[in-house]
Amino acid sequence: MLKNLRVTTSKYIDKTSRVSFKFNGKAYFGYKGDTLASALLANDVHLVGRSFKYHRPRGIMTSGSEEPNAIVQVNNNTALTEPNVRATELEIYHGLEATSQNCWPSVNFDIGGINNFLSPLLPAGFYYKTFMWPANFWEKYEYVIRHSAGLGKSPTEPDPDIYDHKYIHCDVLVIGAGISGIMAAKTAAKNNLKTLLLDEKNEIGGSTIFQNSKHVKINDQNSSTWLENEIKELRNIENLEIKTRTSVAAYHGYNYLLARENLTDHLPKNEKNKKIRQRLLKIRAKKVIVATGSLERPLVFNNNDRPGIMLSSAVKKYADYYGVATGQKNIFFTNNDTAYESAISLNKKGIKVEAIIDIREQSNTAFTKEAEDLGIKVYRSYTVVNTEGYKKINKITIMELSSNGQSFANQEKIELDCDCLAITGGWTPAVHLFTQSGGKLKFREKDQVFIPDLYPSDQISIGSSNGDFELDDIIKNSTKSLKEFLNIKETEFDNLEINCPKDKEIRNIWLLPSDKVLGKTKPFVDYQNDATAKDIKLALREGFKSIEHVKRYTTTGMGTDQGKLGNMHALGIIADTAGIKVGELGTTTFRPPYTPLTFGTMVGRNVGEYFDAFRRTPMNDWHIENKAEFENVGQWKRAWYYPKKDETMHDAVQRESKAARYSAGILDASTLGKIDIQGTDSSEFLNRVYTNAWSKLAIGKCRYGLMLNEDGMVYDDGVTTRLDENHYIMTTTTGGAANVLSKLEDYLQTEWPELDVYLSSVTDHYATASVCGPNSKKILNKIIPDLDLSDESFPHMSFKNAKIDNIKCRVMRISFTGEHSYEINVQANFGKSIWEKCMDAGQEFKITPYGTETMHLLRAEKGFIIVGQDTDGTMTPIDLQMDWIVSKKKYDFIGKRSLYRSDTMKEDRKQLVGLITDNPSEVLEEGAQIVANTNATPVAMLGHVTSSYYSPNLNKSIALAVVRGGKNMMGQKLIIAMENKNINVTIVDPVFFDKENVRLNA
Amino acid sequence: MFLITCPFCGEREQSEFKAGGEAHIERPKQPTELSDDEWAEYLFMRKNIKGVQFERWNHAHGCRKWFNMIRDTSNDTIKAVYKMGEKPPVK
Repeated sequence: MLKNLRVTTSKYIDKTSRVSFKFNGKAYFGYKGDTLASALLANDVHLVGRSFKYHRPRGIMTSGSEEPNAIVQVNNNTALTEPNVRATELEIYHGLEATSQNCWPSVNFDIGGINNFLSPLLPAGFYYKTFMWPANFWEKYEYVIRHSAGLGKSPTEPDPDIYDHKYIHCDVLVIGAGISGIMAAKTAAKNNLKTLLLDEKNEIGGSTIFQNSKHVKINDQNSSTWLENEIKELRNIENLEIKTRTSVAAYHGYNYLLARENLTDHLPKNEKNKKIRQRLLKIRAKKVIVATGSLERPLVFNNNDRPGIMLSSAVKKYADYYGVATGQKNIFFTNNDTAYESAISLNKKGIKVEAIIDIREQSNTAFTKEAEDLGIKVYRSYTVVNTEGYKKINKITIMELSSNGQSFANQEKIELDCDCLAITGGWTPAVHLFTQSGGKLKFREKDQVFIPDLYPSDQISIGSSNGDFELDDIIKNSTKSLKEFLNIKETEFDNLEINCPKDKEIRNIWLLPSDKVLGKTKPFVDYQNDATAKDIKLALREGFKSIEHVKRYTTTGMGTDQGKLGNMHALGIIADTAGIKVGELGTTTFRPPYTPLTFGTMVGRNVGEYFDAFRRTPMNDWHIENKAEFENVGQWKRAWYYPKKDETMHDAVQRESKAARYSAGILDASTLGKIDIQGTDSSEFLNRVYTNAWSKLAIGKCRYGLMLNEDGMVYDDGVTTRLDENHYIMTTTTGGAANVLSKLEDYLQTEWPELDVYLSSVTDHYATASVCGPNSKKILNKIIPDLDLSDESFPHMSFKNAKIDNIKCRVMRISFTGEHSYEINVQANFGKSIWEKCMDAGQEFKITPYGTETMHLLRAEKGFIIVGQDTDGTMTPIDLQMDWIVSKKKYDFIGKRSLYRSDTMKEDRKQLVGLITDNPSEVLEEGAQIVANTNATPVAMLGHVTSSYYSPNLNKSIALAVVRGGKNMMGQKLIIAMENKNINVTIVDPVFFDKENVRLNA
Repeated sequence: MFLITCPFCGEREQSEFKAGGEAHIERPKQPTELSDDEWAEYLFMRKNIKGVQFERWNHAHGCRKWFNMIRDTSNDTIKAVYKMGEKPPVK
């Protein structure tokens, strides 16, 4: 029968509001205000999971985000399920379903538990050492290992929840709403600073809010009563915003922080719907006050991981805050005074405390005296050497320590029964965010803690995150720091009267001695990853010295909890073993996020169609109506091909290609980059950026230009038209537009500021319909009858202004297909109507819309390159056999000097060639490797195929390729080496169709 | 993420800017007169300093202006920003 361990009332638990939930399929209930952990403990459930490597039974250990063991899978729904949720943070709600992770078939009987008995065979680095050979077997090993490893299960369907991002700017950001954070927020806000106070818990007040010791007083009040009044006042301050359930994940440079605000995870299922689940706050703060508190340390001794072994502070919080007894026979095991404080609090609630085991020889404070006055048995200078109980602790064995703490005073063993062992090894300041921001730590010998030393930005750490653990230190030092930091003369906390016990001592032993040899014990350092003290010592014996290497070899601190509990012990054990000081060793790097973030929070609204912006041409609706398939080109959605009825892509492209060559085709070329160039030095500017000469280009003429990088490699190409004396319009590749503009601006602003040239991007301002084919002239004549289209008046590579029904347009006679063709440019909002006009006029010639695929095929027949497909940033114009476009006369242009470097002049560079296959119907794969001889080892790779199509106009397969020294290999036979066959090809000229350009000028 | 003071627009988020490598490397006026080694020096050789570094930045998603920045790469503090063509305000 289940016991009810809710032993006392608490103002934080609403007993009028019962909440039912399921854990591992079984129904339980708790109350509003409970976490899953507190509700389970109230139901006497300690065993909640299995450890990662040895599958040892594990229980709830902490009461906060540092929890290593009690991580659960929430929700069974394939889309909503979430792994690795800390039961100590998860607030229960009606309908909550959670299950244990890393166990099969159940947490009570887990097959993987066999690993615990095999553990002598599973030392640190086991996988690295065991699965090394034979080397090619790794993939097979990996398959098995991957399946048996891993904690929770990922969802298998898209997340239906809504996530959001929000920017916040504030004067002062206070992280952590414990007593020091609350003092800081109040002081800042009252001094007219816009202040934001964040806390990861659902209530503010930290641990002081349930502090009820008679020895700790502020102005003669219980510290919790005093703080409650402060919080009441806080709610009425105008400049202050408080956000709870908000965890700061990352602290970057320049006081830029990311925080996760949890909005609906605590709500009943029916209230979550359609609300934003989590919000990522992007905070830019002028000043930051870190008041993140501290984390209690466990103690490292044999079998310190059984369910029922918990941190002392957690045992106290479950009793004082949640009203839950974590055990009925509690024993405390400590190296400091906080255990006494907790024991007293339990005792006063009628929860039995059997004993306190204290490794210190003596301690004499108000707390220790009160505990003894209450009749609690204290074992001084004793340590726990073993624990028993498989699914829950039921017995401990203790022995008396020698004075050096490394061995025993005698061989006498005392056994004590218990059902909960509350351990405390002192406190570690939570400096994670401070170090993330670039802060440097210093080590304080006295109590063996790292505390903030050098601040990289306008920030301070206060309270226990700054190493102040006692109430009077916290209040006095925080007040002093705040006054300096905020540059104010006084605070309302200057003259508080504070009482708290003094002269508390701590005795630090990183690894407590055992009666057995280390190899026969299991003193866990990292609970989640099952790393023990002996793993760490083994790593040191095997030669690992750097803390970063030991961490990775033993996986200490690499779980979802990032070793918040055990990292200091790992450092301490390494330092002790190596005979150096912890301060000299330093720490591993703390990296964001502080606690795990969901992917949903990170991406926010940028999912589905909002993943990336996309651009559509003005003719886009027409393409959709006419059943075009689309392809992404940069952010553009471009019509790819227009399949009719049952046509495949191949069928459609073959049909479109023939139509464009033998009657008329029309292409939406609106996506080409367009840059408007004006100014008296425009011609000179073009001279410097293109490889060919521009000064003599007549007004109304167009010219193809090739643009290089300074290293001589082809960067972009396109046709530029001289509209007027000092006015050009440049076209660029679709994908290169933004980069070309940026590069040209760079040269104009930094290298040639003396040039009078102005650049504007007009890509989106014009729509372009390209009409091509033998009938294109007739179609143009129909829609612009008063335009003289004769070759004399309007030859190839020229331009005319015209009007179609009063719509101004620029018509260029230029061609990328090798056919007689016109590009009609109009203001973007007329794009669709001009397109439709061309379609109407072309109807009698069966004008055929074609997409990018046909465009690529047609230009390949002509051997025209596509920058980025046939080039890859390593091709010079000479490599492309385009020597004709490189001016010999010009003194300089971008990249010219590089064409004469010894490397670019090599004869055996990869050069552009055409390929035809011996079997004319065999189409090559783009990217396929080209070799000369398949028998050599290794086979020399001569190059690769860059473009490949079946040409309907030549009735054979054609390809462009880059081949080492290809220019001088015309007619040679080569081999395309595929996975299961070799294809024989012949090197040919890259121009396959109409070499004499008869059709262009027809 | 830095806060960068564009000399033309004022203080903005780093995400509005694009880094453009080492500053004060002038394109040679007469490239054809240079030896391969001299040209390679201009083309390829860039410093990568731990400490104070002179850099080019572009307010790409703002005024599109290029400017110079002096930054300590060891702690990411920005010592100064100044316009193209101006002398560095600090050494």
